[in-house]
Amino acid sequence: MWAFTLRRLLYAVPVLLGVSMLVFLLIHLAPGDVVDILVPPEVPKEIADSLRRRFRLDEPLYLQYLAWLGRLMVGDFGVSFFSGRPVAEELFGALGNTLVIALPAALIGFSLGIALGALAAYNRDSWLDKIFSATAIIGVSLPHYWVGIVLVAIFSVVFNVLPAQGMGFEGVPSNWDQVKHLILPVVTLSLIPMGVTSRLVRANVLEILSQEFVGTLHAKGLSNRRVLYHTLKNAAPSALALVGLQFGYLLGGSILVETVFNWPGSGGLMNLAIFRRDVPVLSATILVLAAIFVVINILVDVLQALIDPRMRR
Amino acid sequence: MADAAVLPADANLVLKRAQQGKSYWRRVWERLLDDKVTLAVIAVLLLLVVMVVFAPFFTVHDPYTGSVLRRLKPVGTLDHWLGTDEVGRDLWSRMVYGGRISLLAGVVPVFLALVIGGFLGILAGYMGGLVNSVIMRLTDVLYAFPSILLAIAITGILGSGLQNTILALTISFVPPIIRISESVTAQTRHLDFVEAARASGARPLTIMRYHILNNVLGPILVYATSLISICIILAAGLSFLGLGVTPPSAEWGLMLNNLRQALWVSPMVAALPGVMIFITSMCFNLMSDGLRQAMDVRL
Amino acid sequence: MTGSAAAAGGAVAPAEPDAGMPLLTVENLTKHFAVKAGWLNRSRGVVQAVDDVSFSVRNGETLGVVGESGCGKSTTARLIMHLIARDSGRIRFAGRLVGAAHGLSRRELHRQMQMVFQDSYASLNPRLPVVTSIAFGPFIHGLGKPAALKRAMQLLEAVGLDPLQFANRYPHELSGGQRQRINIARALALEPRIVILDEAVSALDKSVEAQVLNLLADLKAHFDLTYIFISHDLNVVRYISDRVMVMYLGKVVEIGPVQQIYHSPQHPYTQALLSAMPSMDPRRRTLRAPLSGDPPNPISPPSGCRFRTRCPFAEKVCEVVPPSLLAVATSAAVACHMRVKGSGHSRADKAVVH
Repeated sequence: MWAFTLRRLLYAVPVLLGVSMLVFLLIHLAPGDVVDILVPPEVPKEIADSLRRRFRLDEPLYLQYLAWLGRLMVGDFGVSFFSGRPVAEELFGALGNTLVIALPAALIGFSLGIALGALAAYNRDSWLDKIFSATAIIGVSLPHYWVGIVLVAIFSVVFNVLPAQGMGFEGVPSNWDQVKHLILPVVTLSLIPMGVTSRLVRANVLEILSQEFVGTLHAKGLSNRRVLYHTLKNAAPSALALVGLQFGYLLGGSILVETVFNWPGSGGLMNLAIFRRDVPVLSATILVLAAIFVVINILVDVLQALIDPRMRR
Repeated sequence: MADAAVLPADANLVLKRAQQGKSYWRRVWERLLDDKVTLAVIAVLLLLVVMVVFAPFFTVHDPYTGSVLRRLKPVGTLDHWLGTDEVGRDLWSRMVYGGRISLLAGVVPVFLALVIGGFLGILAGYMGGLVNSVIMRLTDVLYAFPSILLAIAITGILGSGLQNTILALTISFVPPIIRISESVTAQTRHLDFVEAARASGARPLTIMRYHILNNVLGPILVYATSLISICIILAAGLSFLGLGVTPPSAEWGLMLNNLRQALWVSPMVAALPGVMIFITSMCFNLMSDGLRQAMDVRL
Repeated sequence: MTGSAAAAGGAVAPAEPDAGMPLLTVENLTKHFAVKAGWLNRSRGVVQAVDDVSFSVRNGETLGVVGESGCGKSTTARLIMHLIARDSGRIRFAGRLVGAAHGLSRRELHRQMQMVFQDSYASLNPRLPVVTSIAFGPFIHGLGKPAALKRAMQLLEAVGLDPLQFANRYPHELSGGQRQRINIARALALEPRIVILDEAVSALDKSVEAQVLNLLADLKAHFDLTYIFISHDLNVVRYISDRVMVMYLGKVVEIGPVQQIYHSPQHPYTQALLSAMPSMDPRRRTLRAPLSGDPPNPISPPSGCRFRTRCPFAEKVCEVVPPSLLAVATSAAVACHMRVKGSGHSRADKAVVH
């Protein structure tokens, strides 16, 4: 078991390195560089070039990469082109804000998704299942950012019960007014995992139900509830794998929802960075989000192996 | 038992006269024809494509000229049946013309990813060993990014525009296609008829072309078509963020973004472009589902 | 190209003393599969699937190969066909070394030797019409498409299937027997000298099996073929073979003319195998000692003679010294200490071998 965990962790290292190389490559493929942005175009070439030398931009690429990587390791994520403040500060603050909506969204999305999926599987081919299938397909085809807009149109514009934009608080909400800001973004965000999760849970539960051991359990006289428990235990590993993936998509997809609601999370930060061509902020954010995704996947793999011995390769 | 010389000299003649068997694809086609829902969806999509391609025939107004006087007219206005946008351009025209870019950005990346990823995946699945390791490790690195993030990374850093959008989305979709191609190919690789083909002395590329391809194409194709709906949503999403096409182009995601301010004034108009994204995406989803069911032929 | 020449090549093989015209010679063929498990996928053990196997196949004969599941028959076939790489050993076709610089290349070997597999359905590409499957071999060896198709249709006739009825059909539309005929046609398309039949009729119904066996006999006469017939069905092997080779746990234990093997088997394993065959004649009931003991682990086979754990005649020498395959008569050989004078076995003095 521990061998498996260790192997999995070791395996992540080259992947993370690859990710960092990719981001670095992208940065360098970007038109223009640091100096072009910092310095007005009228400045004579020699001065610009000397600046480049100062920033070590004339060194071979791999040296620059190693230097950049080294700085990352000690937590120096560079400095924002726009604000001049260290990126790490802005980034981790923003990440926190994203988690404020991402975590509840994940919880709601997954629990509802699992519940609906299991329910549909249990009542296979009933009208409940048919409604579920229709809803599921609709859910997967909906652009969630559009759903956000529609929700704002309904609840803010027409009925004026919920705020349309902004976070309205720092850190964690402390009263109902502040919580109101949370509702629409969380609901919108939760649609992503809910759709995919419910579909997959339904398929998985159906497959398990069709296996023979379920018949055995019933024959042994177990109540329906106990059988349900056993079924879910078997469905857990694949559901878990899904959780990991979906959380990653949540993190990535939050940029769209945060744009709709002007939420100052990591997505919003990315948005601003794109707008301002603030490459350090953008690249650091992408790197951190990708790294989080990799870590989540490792955790999911390990958890899976813990629950299902067959997965311990 | 025959002495083998009693046949007409022309093999092609014999083949023509010989009793035709029912190939796998023929059976898929027949099952598809039975599936009314999928046929309807395909018809809708075809209609959409026709409307979008022959846009001038389906619209009255120019999608690019607007008039400040006619800003944000609501749905049902006499001259503009879907209203006008924030600069007075006819919304219906913009939606139809916008469909060109949205559909293009939704389908082309998947098609390119299919060709590139399919080839790499089949190669990795068939050759195994070092080739497989190299290709799959590279895929893993790309897989470390949630797809949206990768697309955003590429367009955000390299710049917006249709070309970069298509490039970014193609790169985002290549890894999942490599994965499924490799997986299906690896399964087919061990079947006896592939061994028999190897035993006849054929070279790897020949075997891949004549024996692997026609067996793995089905599942890969189904998966790829299911990606189209996601691609449409993502492409529009990129434009929504300002990373896709730029104004004054018409594109559904971009329109959604531009109309955000108008939400307070004319909520229905502001939400309309999203309806198109939704309908198109759903049609592709249903079509992909129908295709998958039709291909599930028990031999 | 006699047996002694092969022996003179420095290899072991004194197995067939007086050969006719060996078409295929296998010398010291060995293939071990590593079993990986645990930490870092380290090698936990080795399955000695084929170990130091030597034999030859003469032009025009049918060599039957029998043994229990896991004895290495199919692996040997695949090794000869070069579908899997051997660990060591040499293979000669018509005297020419396969894989060597001036010898026969793999591709050329495939022109000379083909194989029919057990699973008739899995052996055919489900997406291609059967005529294309048959024509594939000639096509990739340079014959143009029309000529390849023509040959394919001639072969369809040769295996008893009307081209007008069957050429454009797909595998799932045919019965098992018809599919196996297609597979045979496909094997013959490259005009090989040797055809390896790996359990080719085992999956067919008995009546169909008989038809296919008759077809094989006809084809052999008509096309001047040499067969290697692998099967676990002793009756079928007896019916079709000229010589029979018996394998156990990766080694050849006995080889000889079919009559001799079935009437006076020399190796205890062969005797046990044959005695396990139910007889239809109540007067000929089983008298010989049956197999005892458990089948050993293929990963760590017994030391010395691999059969000793189940052999009723096993003695100390069997534990220590692995018996070599030695000739006991013209074109017959056995690997057992009991048959070798001076081996140390108590029954050895009754032996005949030099």
